[in-house]
Formats: sequence, structure tokens, C-alpha cells
Amino acid sequence: MAEFTMPALGADMEVGKVVEWRVRPGDRVRPGDVVAVVETHKGAIDVECFLDGVIDDLAPLGKELSVGAVLAQVRAAGEPRVARPSVAQAVPVAAPAEPPAAAGPAATVVAGAVPRAKVSPAARRRAAERGIDADALCGTGADGAVTLADVESAACAPQPATATPVRVARGGFDPTLMRQAIAAAMGRSKREIPHYYLAEPVPMRRALDWLRDGNARRPVTERLLPAVLPIKAVALALRDFPELNGVLESGVFRPSSAVHVGVAISLRAGGLIAPALHDVAGKPLELLMRELADLVRRCRAGGLRSSELSDPTVTVTNLGDQGVEAVFGVIYPPQVALVGFGRIAARPWVDGGIVVAMPMLTATLCADHRVSDGHRGALFLARLRDLLQRPEALQGAS
Amino acid sequence: MDEAQIRGGVIAAIQAVAPELEPDELQASQPLRDQVDLDSMDWLNVIVGFHERFAVDIPETDYAQLTSLDAIVAYLRARLR
Repeated sequence: MAEFTMPALGADMEVGKVVEWRVRPGDRVRPGDVVAVVETHKGAIDVECFLDGVIDDLAPLGKELSVGAVLAQVRAAGEPRVARPSVAQAVPVAAPAEPPAAAGPAATVVAGAVPRAKVSPAARRRAAERGIDADALCGTGADGAVTLADVESAACAPQPATATPVRVARGGFDPTLMRQAIAAAMGRSKREIPHYYLAEPVPMRRALDWLRDGNARRPVTERLLPAVLPIKAVALALRDFPELNGVLESGVFRPSSAVHVGVAISLRAGGLIAPALHDVAGKPLELLMRELADLVRRCRAGGLRSSELSDPTVTVTNLGDQGVEAVFGVIYPPQVALVGFGRIAARPWVDGGIVVAMPMLTATLCADHRVSDGHRGALFLARLRDLLQRPEALQGAS
Repeated sequence: MDEAQIRGGVIAAIQAVAPELEPDELQASQPLRDQVDLDSMDWLNVIVGFHERFAVDIPETDYAQLTSLDAIVAYLRARLR
């Protein structure tokens, strides 16, 4: 038996609410399955479970739960079912099969600890659709079970005392909450992280020519944007700079072997979010482009996954479309580095003793002095610049 | 497809990417991207939207012609003829 807990969807999250279960008690779950939708200040997030087994003891909908609170229990295949009060099992009149003290540590944690009423699966599904806490309803079925009819009547009641307004629009962000979350994370970053900043001009003619030639052969639906090249180059360059890729928590830096690039994406209603593109170094550009487009779409329309918010090991921010030359960012804790890109624009450049007009991109690094120094940061930016001179080397999986 | 149909399809494709767009407030002869906040990803999605609605594959080298709503409609009319 393993506990499935409320994930931390970024350093700034303390509580969340389950607003929808995508599984029913007794369902088989596999690692990576989306099992619940959790409402946070970043909107409604699809939460994945990385356990393998049969899920049970689902936490009630609409209840504010701390990060780390138990949301469900997952039994490994073949593991005997532990008798405990649960959605499917609780039979109020029968004596529990074992004393509560034997029910395991989870019984003391808020989620999963409260014995809940019997609720038919159909009723639970409908309740979830209507934003009703099915466990709070008075059941009229056998043994007091909550039936579909009970949910329907609760849903139709003019001001149902038991209904909890937990449904949020997918992708709907509360701008005030979003701003508070950004302020909290960035304030913490500036208080705790001794930032240093470096900038390096990067000639982009070869990269842009290579991209233009490639795009001329691609159908419109498969074209690459210039933004995808620096993201891949960052991931490849970071392989030799582990002190810039990872997380620093409780004073301990843990480098990451994989590079999960958090991509800062602005939202049309204001605010931003920086979910991860996973394993960027190992993916061909076409795949990264599809994933980036999908990520932007889901940031705006809803459907971000929990791992995308909890996994980034570094952040890339690109303000090129807004026309600035360079961006010096703020590190998103617990990460230790952020790479920024400005606009690609023609500027004077000395090439072989001659001044030429060259499309230039300014790459910046802000990094954490607790883990690295400017010397290593400078070598990283130089590596990044050199990689962007060999765009064909960015193409494939590696 | 007449001009009004093309214009309607163009606006719909832009609105699919930028739902906040008010077509009545759009100045058709003025630069589009000064009036609607479209980053390069949004713009690519608009171009893909044109591809889906009008079955035209607009090469990147032609993007520079697509400055305003009027210019886009004129470009597509020529291509669809």
C-alpha cells in the first residue's frame, strides 16, 4: 500500500483542492496516469499518479488540503486489501474489521482518514460533474448509500446547503491569486538566492538560414519557430554544467541528470507560468516544437499536468517577441539558473575585421552563487553560443 | 469564395488564437500585430488556422506581406483565385 499525496506544483504552492477524480475507487492506475484535477492558484491542474496498482480511499472533493496530504491509497497488484473505512467499503452498521489504530499511518492524515458515506459510482461521477460533495449528502439508498437521485435532487435544490462550489473553469486563472503566487515565489527568490548575471551576444545567421531552409520544405503545420533552437541548445549545453541544472532545497543542491526546461509562458489574461518540457536534450527539434505548441495551448486552455509544474530543473524565458534586446530574469526556486533570450535583430558585428549587419540574439544567464560562479556561468554561455553556430547539431535526439 | 467570406474566415482564425479580439475595433488597414497581441507562436497558429480554413500553405517568405487585415484578405484572394 502506498500513499498518493498532494503534489507541490511549484515552490509557491501550499494547498490545493481536488475538484475532480478521474478514477473511481478500485480502478487500476499506472505510473503517469492522470487521476485527479486539483485546483491551485495556477488554475486547475491534471494531477498524475506515479504509483502502480489499485487506487482507493479517494479524498473528498472541494476540501483544501496541504501539500503532502494523502489523497488516496494505491495497493500494488496482488496486495491484499486492507480493511478500512473507504468509499466503497464503509458500512456504518457493521463493526470495522480491525481497530482504527491498525489502519496504518494514513489514518491520522487529513485525507482518507474521514470515514465517508457509501456513494454509488454513478452518483460520485455525477456529483463531481455538478461540483457537489457526494460524501456530504444524506443517502436514501440501501444502507444510507448516496444514489444518483440524491445527487440530482441536491443539484436541483435552489441553494443546496451541501453543495460546494468547487468547479473552476479549465484554464481559468484568478489574476489576483496568480499575482500573489508570482510575488511570493519571486520575493523568496530575491531574498534567498544570491543572483549573478551574465550576457553574451550570439550571431544567429547560420541558425536562421538553416531554419528557413528547413521550414521551406516543411508543411505549415510542422514549421519550427526560432524559439525552439535556443531551448534545445540550453539543454545540450547544460549537460556539461550540472551546477546550473537542478534544485536547491533545504541547503542541499541536487543536480539533475535530465534537463527539464521550464518555459516561461505568458497568459493572455496576465501573469505567467513556466511548465516543463521534459528531457529536452534527448528530443529532436520537431518533437520539441510540437510539445512547445501543446504546452502553450494547454497553459491557456487548461490541462497542464502536475509533473510539468513540479519537474523543471532550469527555466528559459524568451521575450524576443516583445522586442527587448535582453532579459535578466529572476530564478524560480528551487531552481538555480534561468536563461533569457531577447529579440533577434540585425546589429553591427565584426566578422573577420569587417563590420557586417548580423542577426544577433542576446543570451543571458542568471544563476545562483550558492552553487556556481561567474566563471562557470561564462563558460556555459560560450558553449551555448557555439552550439547555436552549429544548428544541425541541435537537430536530432542525443 | 468572395471577399466577405474570406474576411470572416480570417477574423475567425485570428479570434481562435486571440479570443479577446473585438472585430469592430480592428482597423483593417492598420498593422495587425500593433492591435492584437500575437507572439510568434500565436502567429504560427494563425497561419495554421488559414491553412485549415482556406487550404493554402503560406510560405514563411510571404509573412512580410500579411501586415494588416486588408493585406491578408488581398493576399488570400489572390491565392484562392
